[in-house]
Amino acid sequence: MTRFLRRQGWVAGLSALLIFLSVITKLIQPGYGSGDFGSLARAVLPYAFAVAAQTVVVIAGGIDLSVAAMMALASVTAASMMNGASEEYALFVVPFVLAMGLVLGALNGVLIVVTRVPDIVVTLATLFVLQGAALLVLDAPGGAAAEWLKASVVGTMPIPGLPDWAAAWVPKALALLVVCLFLIWIPLRSSRLGLSIYAIGSNELAAFRSGVPVARTRIVAYALSGLFAALGGLSLTISTGIGAPIPGPYLLASVAAVVLGGVALGGGKGGLLGPIIAVFVLRLVRTDLTLLAIDPNVTAIIEGAIMVAVVMFGAFVTIRGRPAGATP
Amino acid sequence: MTSSATMPQPASFGRRLKRFMADRPLIALIILLVILVVILQILRPGIVNERWIANTAKFAIPLAILAGCQTMTMLTGGIDLSVGTVATMSAFIMATQIVNQDPTVAFLLAMLPAVLIGLVNGIGVGVFRVHPLIMTLGTSLIGTGFLQVYQRTVIASGARIPDFLNWLGTGVTYGFPNALFLFVPVAVLIVFTLNRTGFGRLLYAVGDNERAARLSGVRYWQVITALYVVSSLLAGITGLLYIGLIKAPSLSLAEPLVLPSVAAAVIGGTSIFGGRGGYTGTIVGALILTVLTTLLTILHMPEGGRRILFGFIVLFVTAAYLRIIQDR
Repeated sequence: MTRFLRRQGWVAGLSALLIFLSVITKLIQPGYGSGDFGSLARAVLPYAFAVAAQTVVVIAGGIDLSVAAMMALASVTAASMMNGASEEYALFVVPFVLAMGLVLGALNGVLIVVTRVPDIVVTLATLFVLQGAALLVLDAPGGAAAEWLKASVVGTMPIPGLPDWAAAWVPKALALLVVCLFLIWIPLRSSRLGLSIYAIGSNELAAFRSGVPVARTRIVAYALSGLFAALGGLSLTISTGIGAPIPGPYLLASVAAVVLGGVALGGGKGGLLGPIIAVFVLRLVRTDLTLLAIDPNVTAIIEGAIMVAVVMFGAFVTIRGRPAGATP
Repeated sequence: MTSSATMPQPASFGRRLKRFMADRPLIALIILLVILVVILQILRPGIVNERWIANTAKFAIPLAILAGCQTMTMLTGGIDLSVGTVATMSAFIMATQIVNQDPTVAFLLAMLPAVLIGLVNGIGVGVFRVHPLIMTLGTSLIGTGFLQVYQRTVIASGARIPDFLNWLGTGVTYGFPNALFLFVPVAVLIVFTLNRTGFGRLLYAVGDNERAARLSGVRYWQVITALYVVSSLLAGITGLLYIGLIKAPSLSLAEPLVLPSVAAAVIGGTSIFGGRGGYTGTIVGALILTVLTTLLTILHMPEGGRRILFGFIVLFVTAAYLRIIQDR
């Protein structure tokens, strides 16, 4: 029981924080209803995928700075391919963009393994490259998204057997997020590969000596990160209807949510649930600030300050948690 | 080192070239610069003249100072991605405050955000041990937010470029750009600080082996805080110079310089892992990038293509330096 609490304590605390924030939201805005929750879920969607992308890599002991640039590239690629194309063509675009994310993410991993340059430098370089590629695809926001894709994140999910008032609280965007993440994460977590990812994150040398294919596992982790980032880019295009070549603050947000979600920046610890709840917490703070009628630019400052504070706290905890005398 | 002494067999040309590059990176860089200028002259006969050289210097100087910020932070194993925002902020504040304020007051107001951001960066990196990349990205996000709020308050008063900055940014005296009056002292100061003062030695020491430096009594957080404040101040001054050159205050004025400044320091032979490099190489690196940009403009390469190229340059140069270090 204590073990369960210790392992899930962080996520439980985070959930309590989320509930507390929801209560505050309801107090600020008594009319806050299922419709507002739907728009919250839509806003969370790209952030959640960015965080998932970052989480996989951080658990494997790395960091991916190219998440936001990858999202931008996926977003503009999808938007420009669907621009003026038929509705059915989008059926081809979605898997194409996802495959592109997977391949480019794997390329990140290959570059790290082959050049032996630290991941932070490699992904910084690929951040430049992917940003450039996004600008080559579309040099200004534009493009379009297929109608059926746009419809897939608007409205609520009809679930048979559920009363209407409850179904109203299950927006399609949330359902989409849960399905996408858990289709990839649950099989991974319970597989040998998932264990390998945790293993190389907690102690690379020990993992290598126990026969874990370190290089291959690292490439897979980055490929998954690319896949999640591509999902994030797609969801951006779907929810806005256009593609934007300049990425939003998704990189910092993803790192902040990973830290807030209880995933150690050193690797090997944590899960996907914590960071996802953390994204909801961060977005809900923004919602509350907006409901309090604070200037959106000031909101951006407060949000940035919160994220920086969270990352500072996470780094501080990491130094404290390190056994005495251990090298950083 | 010992292997070459004990085994005096003739080294292959590739090895000799590698060693030459490692020992005298500056000569190799200057050769590269000359080659680029020759290519330019061949593509556009007659382009290389006195005016072109003065113009190239004018555009290379802001880049070289920002690359100086990167050089100094990289020597400690860090990076400063907030230089673009800091430069933009000080330029924008200067241009708007000069309308109603005394030049000295305007200058002090313009430098204030630079000091503050540098201080926050330094404390975040030095005390809380956040990765510099994440920290400086975060503060630049917050800085941009503040700038947007600030812009609203001065929208009525308008902006003006002070005559002095005009003179400094675009003026030419006897064929030499006036910006050199600022750059030469700054460059001499940086080179002197890095090579001849205790502070410079501390930067190399911290970057080379942080643990050893700490154990020998270096107060890590003080060094890092001072470093990031200096870096931010330099960025702020660059902003003032750059507004005199570009003459159009905008909220993304110096942002396009961030990426090339990192690339210039890396090309100049400063290791992104710390402890290795110097400012003279960085200056040549900035010149190379400026000439390269001219070349790419002549070849009609779009902005996206340039970013991709810069990304690959950073990656390849870092990988090459790693190889050279490992071979020794």
